[in-house]
Amino acid sequence: MGEDTDATPTLNHHGFLPDHNYVTEADIISTVEFNHTGELLATGDKGGRVVIFQREPESKNEPFSQGEYNVYSTFQSHEPEFDYLKSLEIEEKINKIRWLPQQNAAHFLLSTNDKTIKLWKVSERDKRPEGYNLKDEEGRIKDVSTVTSLQVPVLKPMDLMVEVSPRRVFANAHTYHINSISVNSDYETYMSADDLRINLWHLDITDRSFNIVDIKPANMEDLTEVITAAEFHPHHCNLFVYSSSKGTLRLCDMREAALCDKHSKLFEEPEDPSARSFFSEIISSVSDVKFSHSGRYLLTRDYLTAKVWDLNMESKPLETYQVHDYLRSKLCSLYENDCIFDKFECAWNGSDSVIMTGAYNNFFRMFDRNTKRDVTLEASRESSKPRAVLKPRRVCAAGGKRRKDDISVDSLDFTKKILHTAWHPNENIIAIAATNNLYIFQDKLNSEMH
Amino acid sequence: MFPKGTKRKFSDSGEEPVCSGDQGPSASPAAARTLSSSYSLQRQSLLDMSLIKLQLCHMLVEPNLCRSVLIANTVRQIQEEMTQDGTWQIMTQALAAAQCPADRLVATEVLCRQTDAAAQAGQSPKPFPVSGLEEGYHSEEVVMDGDVEAEVTMSSLSPVSPQLSSASYLPGPFGMAPCWEEEEEDGDCEEDEEEDSEESVSEEEESEPDHLRADSRTGEQVFGTFEIKHPAPPPDPALEELFSDVDPSYYDLDTVLTGMQSTPKMGPYDLLESLSSHAPTALSSSSSCRSDLNELDHIMEIIVGS
Repeated sequence: MGEDTDATPTLNHHGFLPDHNYVTEADIISTVEFNHTGELLATGDKGGRVVIFQREPESKNEPFSQGEYNVYSTFQSHEPEFDYLKSLEIEEKINKIRWLPQQNAAHFLLSTNDKTIKLWKVSERDKRPEGYNLKDEEGRIKDVSTVTSLQVPVLKPMDLMVEVSPRRVFANAHTYHINSISVNSDYETYMSADDLRINLWHLDITDRSFNIVDIKPANMEDLTEVITAAEFHPHHCNLFVYSSSKGTLRLCDMREAALCDKHSKLFEEPEDPSARSFFSEIISSVSDVKFSHSGRYLLTRDYLTAKVWDLNMESKPLETYQVHDYLRSKLCSLYENDCIFDKFECAWNGSDSVIMTGAYNNFFRMFDRNTKRDVTLEASRESSKPRAVLKPRRVCAAGGKRRKDDISVDSLDFTKKILHTAWHPNENIIAIAATNNLYIFQDKLNSEMH
Repeated sequence: MFPKGTKRKFSDSGEEPVCSGDQGPSASPAAARTLSSSYSLQRQSLLDMSLIKLQLCHMLVEPNLCRSVLIANTVRQIQEEMTQDGTWQIMTQALAAAQCPADRLVATEVLCRQTDAAAQAGQSPKPFPVSGLEEGYHSEEVVMDGDVEAEVTMSSLSPVSPQLSSASYLPGPFGMAPCWEEEEEDGDCEEDEEEDSEESVSEEEESEPDHLRADSRTGEQVFGTFEIKHPAPPPDPALEELFSDVDPSYYDLDTVLTGMQSTPKMGPYDLLESLSSHAPTALSSSSSCRSDLNELDHIMEIIVGS
């Protein structure tokens, strides 16, 4: 795993006033996702906007600017809504973005807020027709009597324009807040999961969806568990997994039954009785689940750890990585300030050899599954000048030996949390969302995956 | 409680009590007693903190369901442990003795009473339920549970009392009236009423006589605070009778006053719905009903902006 990573300059600064610690809430990035080739990177924010970055093609003239990401398109995906029936505001915050695999010149992505999923088409226009007979250059209708001869309109090149248009709106299918969407490998269907239910949609049909998982109890007072994340298997279109707030994973096979309430496999690590506390359940709640690219493994994130599971072994995870174990003694304070409920995401690299997840103080962590080495890096303006190599950070537990440049646990900034991270599907390029800033790091030394 | 009599270390002043299921038999009694008193103090403060968080949940317009469930599970866990320890009983008695404990959440008191009553009735204390999670979600959910019917009947379908009609509907379009969403007779789970009454209790001191959340099932329903003015509740059957005697109109006033203080939970269409559905129910005079409807029209005009 390459530990020397270059920092490209931060993008998407709007709303950040350098002299104050003030951040416009609407600019807080709420999701980050590369498309299937890695050419495009989409971010969604709390204000309902989506910003798409495109990687510049490598050019021989300027070797240093090769592969940098620049803004490609910005659009307003969701607007705040008001549910009149319940007198509740529906937040426009984009919870998830998922790209569809590219099938023609246009790109398609799904974006969702708490209640509504939208399919957007992103297309380029670099030619326009000129030489109409009935319209003049500005588009005004010509006086027919002035037309003396006919011409055939021709396509002329124009400045590149990126057009984004909503193609489908999938609404009114979720009573609870949507936390995940996942496109199926059949490229025809996708699923959306809220706290208690999972629905299956066809990409072309917006007026109905099939409910495939329903864990709502008959009496809401008996509710003790909610769905926290869900994802389709990358290759088997009948398999999907969903995680719960009790730390369990359920693999479901859609061939078995129409309603997949009964799981095919249940992944659960038995609780360690000596480590039990009142917070055991809360910290075991899975905040994110991701299939490996190979489809053989599952990566889950709970509050203090990241775990790799083998699909063939339900009894316990294959590997457990401590993300910030120094917080274990601080759980009561973290419960008090609600940080214990933060939902961190996790990511695989393209070859499934390294996993990555975020932490506090703008730190993020990478674990190499093969070498068992791990690194803590920081995504902040001060620590990453453009093109500089990121310096590994260290948090020393209270009472431990303190080296120079170490951060002590008590000086961690819990308002700076890296919840959303993404890894390029093929290369060692990562995107880190730090509140309202997006950092893109590239590993120049080891750009090939191994 | 602590494995093999080892002392626990506190590296954090806010250290959470590590809870293991069984008492370490080799722990020295004195050490265990000192440690366990601080442990139970911390456990109590954790319970209080959790209950506050849950109340805050209810005040939000759209609570995070996952967070609510996790906090409620924590409270349940504490309650179960305290019941096993026997400290639940102790707390119940202590609170019963005190008139109105200032430094304890009223919810804790209520929890004690409910569970205590259930224990007296010979049942094991029921797990702490998470009702009220319907908040914001119930328009599409119809709970056909007969058990909640009694409660719902009291709160949602009570006739519009004169107090209600005069007190509400005046200033803004977002009415002071409680949120009566689904007017079906067969008992929807109207958790809104519960939340409203919770907030009213925590925020105001009204000269209300005892108004208790109707709960025909002891040890189950309660989720949240209410004010219990009388110190020692009678045992189980009498408790039920007490509930059934409470005048439903008090609920209206309660929820009305709550509606004034909490974030508006009712939209203009809810107002319309509730008024129109209550028009046929018993009113002192049909003229007041008509005037209410006229007021409603007026308010609707304002909202629609015609």
